[in-house]
Amino acid sequence: MMQTFSKPEKSSVFRKRIFEEIDKLGISSLPIVIIISLFMGAVITIQAAFGFESPWIPLYAVGVTTRDSVILEFAPTLVSLILAGKVGSSIASEIGTMRVSEQIDALEIMGVNSSSHLIFPKIIAAVFINPFLIIISMFAGILGGLFFGILTNVVTPYEYLYGIQYDFRLYNVTYALIKTVAFAFIISSVPAYHGYYTRGGALEVGKASTTAVVYSSLLILLFNFILTQLLLA
Amino acid sequence: MIEVRNISKSFGQKEALKNISLVAEQGKTTLVIGGSGHGKTVLMKCIVGLEDVNSGVVFYDERNFSEMKIKQRKEIRREMGMLFQGAALFDSLSAEENVGFPLSMFTNMTEEEKLERVNFCLKRVNLENVNKLFPSELSGGMKKRVGIARAIAMSPKYLFCDEPNSGLDPLTSVVIDDLIKEITQEFNITTIVNTHDMNSVMNIGDKVLFIYKGQKWWEGSSKDILHTNNKEVAEFVGTAKVLKELRK
Repeated sequence: MMQTFSKPEKSSVFRKRIFEEIDKLGISSLPIVIIISLFMGAVITIQAAFGFESPWIPLYAVGVTTRDSVILEFAPTLVSLILAGKVGSSIASEIGTMRVSEQIDALEIMGVNSSSHLIFPKIIAAVFINPFLIIISMFAGILGGLFFGILTNVVTPYEYLYGIQYDFRLYNVTYALIKTVAFAFIISSVPAYHGYYTRGGALEVGKASTTAVVYSSLLILLFNFILTQLLLA
Repeated sequence: MIEVRNISKSFGQKEALKNISLVAEQGKTTLVIGGSGHGKTVLMKCIVGLEDVNSGVVFYDERNFSEMKIKQRKEIRREMGMLFQGAALFDSLSAEENVGFPLSMFTNMTEEEKLERVNFCLKRVNLENVNKLFPSELSGGMKKRVGIARAIAMSPKYLFCDEPNSGLDPLTSVVIDDLIKEITQEFNITTIVNTHDMNSVMNIGDKVLFIYKGQKWWEGSSKDILHTNNKEVAEFVGTAKVLKELRK
């Protein structure tokens, strides 16, 4: 652990590695995050409209529900779970393959701190870029709700737009972003650990990848509960 | 010079190395031979510090490597070059970037200086026009040569080669052997090579150590090995038909 967070050998190489990881872990995940968020927002809107059929509930409640569901839970947690699968398996298999093919030994022989060189930039990149991904996911989710809500005729644009502005609390976004940072740390560090300590061959790399995704997902759910209790209760 | 004094290494209950000592001299190639699973790779990993030893010490030019802290070890490691069994090139980097990697990490060379050094190293291993190719686009022999180029990029004082000929055809094996020998002499490097290839023993071995069941079983020159009466060594050498004939 201390080795991972120790001072990098050369700051220019380290900076370059961070930008590479931001591109690999963050920017490349953007299309899947947007697609998932659009449909997530759409489904929440339709389900909310279906549940609020009573004349006593105003139609703008659909907008309120979509906004709060997306911001509080679906964007930070569901998208992080999906990223744990996509990014987590990629990190574990990349580092695991480097371990079994002696590339990590090659780094060590050169006098490079392999854990710091390989893992630290990934953690920094994920913790930096994931909040942006989640903010984009929030916008995409709410837009998806608006677009598909109008398309399926379950809500009017006016009611929906009024709803998403009604009683808006900025703290909800702060809470979601705090969760996101914690989840980003889990998504990058847990798979990196499993990959780094892989022993054997291709089969073990596959196992490490699967284990990493399972543990990351469970930890995300656990920390979701803990952080919600701490920040909202 | 590398001096190994009485090193032992166990994995759980299994003793991988038992009380091994050796001296590898500067400008010469020391070959460690033996069958698969007898401890050659573990010995090399213990010498370079990739595995911690249970007992014994390793000296690099009278500097006690075994008792050094991580920071001091790193300094010595920058004087090492290693060719791994599978070459261990970084998959995500091109041949040029692989060779230039240690230069980027540990020197303040400009891009032009770096490229010049990379091209020199690649040319030294008889590789040209491969700069932009990735490891997946290189043949086994080319990978090994890029591995050697990377190992010599920082002008190491110590060179380690783990099974440099494994998976290569006989002709390419000779090329790799010749390269190791030439580089060792040209740059006055202390070289240790793990192999079970008897051609390598005859071609490049200034000194030969035979490891059997984790112990140093025999030590001598590549000429002595043809005449030894040591049963295990004779059996090992005898598996190569040409050498069997020579022994007769």
